[in-house]
Amino acid sequence: MVNHVVSCEEVWREVSNYVDGELDAGLRSLMDEHLRTCKRCASVLAGARNVVQLYGDERMLEVPAGFSRRLEKRLEKRLTQDAAVKGSRWSSWSAWLVPVAAMALIAGSLLLTNSLTHWHFVRSQHAEPAYKIPPDLVVVVSSGAKLFHVPGCPFIHDKASERTMTAKEAMQEGYVPCTRCLRKYLQTGLSGHSVTEVAESGEEEEREETLSMAGR
Amino acid sequence: MSEPSMTLNNPAQDGIREQDLILHVQSGQSELFYELVRPYERRVYAAALAILRNEQDAEDAAQEAMLKAFAKIRQFRAEARFSTWLIQITVNEALMRRRRERTVPMEGLDNRRDAGDNESEYAPRDFADWREIPSEALERKEVRQRLAEALATLDRKYREVFVLRDMEHLNIQETAEALGITVASVKTRLLRARLMLRDLLAAGWEQGWFSRLPFEKGNKPW
Repeated sequence: MVNHVVSCEEVWREVSNYVDGELDAGLRSLMDEHLRTCKRCASVLAGARNVVQLYGDERMLEVPAGFSRRLEKRLEKRLTQDAAVKGSRWSSWSAWLVPVAAMALIAGSLLLTNSLTHWHFVRSQHAEPAYKIPPDLVVVVSSGAKLFHVPGCPFIHDKASERTMTAKEAMQEGYVPCTRCLRKYLQTGLSGHSVTEVAESGEEEEREETLSMAGR
Repeated sequence: MSEPSMTLNNPAQDGIREQDLILHVQSGQSELFYELVRPYERRVYAAALAILRNEQDAEDAAQEAMLKAFAKIRQFRAEARFSTWLIQITVNEALMRRRRERTVPMEGLDNRRDAGDNESEYAPRDFADWREIPSEALERKEVRQRLAEALATLDRKYREVFVLRDMEHLNIQETAEALGITVASVKTRLLRARLMLRDLLAAGWEQGWFSRLPFEKGNKPW
């Protein structure tokens, strides 16, 4: 590529800055010119862009199963210890614990109902049932909401209270799929499927206890 | 309660809500702390895992970092980004553990090419005809796992910079500060990490595992 003002090696050296938009206009336009005619460098740029886009997606941030629960428990334990030390704060703690205990009772009774009837309560009476949703699809839910979403969905309500779980867990907690980001898994137009029906074939049937980022 | 699917999420409102939560926790409402950090738990874990490489160690470090953040919450200043502050505490915790234990599995392999930031000899290996991989590919567990495995093969110094910059979305300066290295080092390591991952994933691209997506025939969204 002798006709290029910038060499292939220079393009490779700057490709990261190019992707980040950190090049000055002059160098960028020289690189654009080079990329228009050099297939190899265009391939390097496309690959680097794919890497940044794919790894930058929230779905790549996975935690082991039960991570949230264990973290919450540890924080609670610490806070309880703090409260015990600072006796003066007990009144505010008891005020907080009462609704938590009430919630635990309600949750317990719902779980009991589920286990007796094999029926999952659904938070929304107008829910559209999920159809063949992969059980291990990573989804997010938030407190006070009824829907579960693909991470990053713009329709997540109260993002600050987001929790990550699998689609199966979300449905067990009564959440239903977002009609926007999970439209393809809605049952509209189909009939005779249970709300908890999940994909039955292929790799999506895997039931791994641990979702790990390292994948080992 | 309004129907959530009818309400667009407003990042500005999220920011205000986060500031409120911080103020409440700083003024003693400790029970709100989990609500404050919950949106970041995956990022905190990912940062710890990038440094420690072991899931159990990463989880311990992530939990400990959260406790430290709670203990230091009064030191947090509103002009900083809370997420960045939390990630920096996590990185410090993970680095401290690695220094203390010095027995992180596979650490020996990390040192193969750890001598300086000599990026000049690197040239991309593969020139496959790449096109954009739709992000829907990430709905496949197999794809996420392959990406995670490729990342895990990177040398430590490249992996740490890549995770903080491209997965945690810290900026170059914040990444440099969190890891205690120069901005120039962050840039060269980031370039190298992105190109190495590109090479590693090229094989997958040619074998077609990015393109086997869970969509019915004729129903592809692109």
